[in-house]
Amino acid sequence: MIVRWFRLHWQNLGAAFGRMGSSPVGATLNVLVIAIALALPAALQLLIANASSMAPAFDNAADLTAYLNPGFDEDDARELADTIAARIDVESTSFISNEEGLDELRSRAGFEGVLDALTTNPIPHVIKVRPATDLIEDIDRLELSLSALPEIELVQVDRLWVERLQAILALGQRAVGMVTLLLAAAVLLVIGNTIRLEINNRRTEIEVMKLVGATDGFIRRPFLYSGLVVGGAGAVAAAILITFGMWLLARPVRELATLYASDFTLSGLNLTGFGVLIGGGAVLGWAGAWIAAARHLRAIEPA
Amino acid sequence: MMIRFENVQKRYPGGREALSGVSFGLERGEMAFLTGPSGAGKSTLLKLIALIERPTRGTVLVNQQNTARISRRRVPGFRQRIGVVFQDHKLLHDRSVFDNVALPLIIAGLKPREVGRRVRASLDQVGLLDRESHPPIMLSTGEQQRVGIARAVASRPDVVIADEPTGNLDPELSLEIMRLFERFNDVGVTLLIATHDLDLLDRLGHRRIRLEAGKLTRDSAQ
Repeated sequence: MIVRWFRLHWQNLGAAFGRMGSSPVGATLNVLVIAIALALPAALQLLIANASSMAPAFDNAADLTAYLNPGFDEDDARELADTIAARIDVESTSFISNEEGLDELRSRAGFEGVLDALTTNPIPHVIKVRPATDLIEDIDRLELSLSALPEIELVQVDRLWVERLQAILALGQRAVGMVTLLLAAAVLLVIGNTIRLEINNRRTEIEVMKLVGATDGFIRRPFLYSGLVVGGAGAVAAAILITFGMWLLARPVRELATLYASDFTLSGLNLTGFGVLIGGGAVLGWAGAWIAAARHLRAIEPA
Repeated sequence: MMIRFENVQKRYPGGREALSGVSFGLERGEMAFLTGPSGAGKSTLLKLIALIERPTRGTVLVNQQNTARISRRRVPGFRQRIGVVFQDHKLLHDRSVFDNVALPLIIAGLKPREVGRRVRASLDQVGLLDRESHPPIMLSTGEQQRVGIARAVASRPDVVIADEPTGNLDPELSLEIMRLFERFNDVGVTLLIATHDLDLLDRLGHRRIRLEAGKLTRDSAQ
């Protein structure tokens, strides 16, 4: 029984590939349409994932950066940093002098010329403050009280930037989710339509099969496999498109990252990504075929 | 009793009455011809046996089974036990003679070795064993009809029904086909064959059931 089941399914899978081979142009166009429909949301997902990896890790995101008044004495500034570190609502502070800040800036590509043209150091001393808690209210209170200090010109909450970036990413994620849904529906329709045409082309065959006692399941099976193969092939083509696109983008992205002194590299589809993409394509194909078969096979009866 | 019609009426949507008050029986192992002019209801009668149509009134029993009680879901299993031969043989032209004959056996779920054995036995009986790998299109009309018959008998059905199986053939080939049916009847196959070729039947004998305008007008068994 099991052996028979496997044999039937294996034969059907082979036949599905055979039918694709018998009309290569039509099959290729079909697979390409599905590939594009699948590659688009997958590429957008990757884009979001890459953007997310650029956002700094959250553990030091609660830090505050306090910029001291320009020209403030370095020793006094170090003393101020220690004073702040002693506060009950502060875990630690680190001090970056204006010289260190300038060195850091100078080490970044493209700035040497500009900095050499300056006669005085325009950079203020900076105190990095790590709050004792990461509760938003506590951080807000700390920011207010630090801003009130006369030595401090500006306090920046790093977290705010992270939150903004994450809000933008969440919005992007949602938009990509909607695009994914729409394009999945498009894939269902494309495959459903393909299967509908295939059913129409094989009308006589279906009639004969029903006459010699074929069950609905037996007649449906080859069409489900057609859907599965077309969907799966579309997904494989989509994976190739994405990998090729990533390869095209890798160099310019690396060059751009170098300009920003970042070692960021584009990450492509990982194994899970490939699995989800190809599995998703195959499932969509199967489902599209199922819908078409359910709608159209019943209507064909021998007469 | 293999087939039993009890006061069967068939009215098609639109009101045309194809059969009215038809009653007859066909014993297991019997061979009978269904005659009458075109439009007399011969095809309709055969369709009621294969459950392609259902009677408007009356009862159709096939192998003691009331066809009215067979749900749509169980029609395939029922049809697997009936062999059907068509005037236009309804072969699938995108596959070989072997695959055509194998179709009902694969549907019935036989093992490949058993399928091969039975297909070759059937093709041997219709004298086309050497053509198993040909596409049907390469065969003559008479040979194609013999493939159709091989397909109908391959699964060893309870009964074989044939609708004008010699309709497209010249008298000599027609006789050959009918002799083939007789040979299957000799080994116990129940056959009901619709034809309007009366000259042919005169040379054969067998029971004749005559339909005219949907009514059974003569049954040589009575």
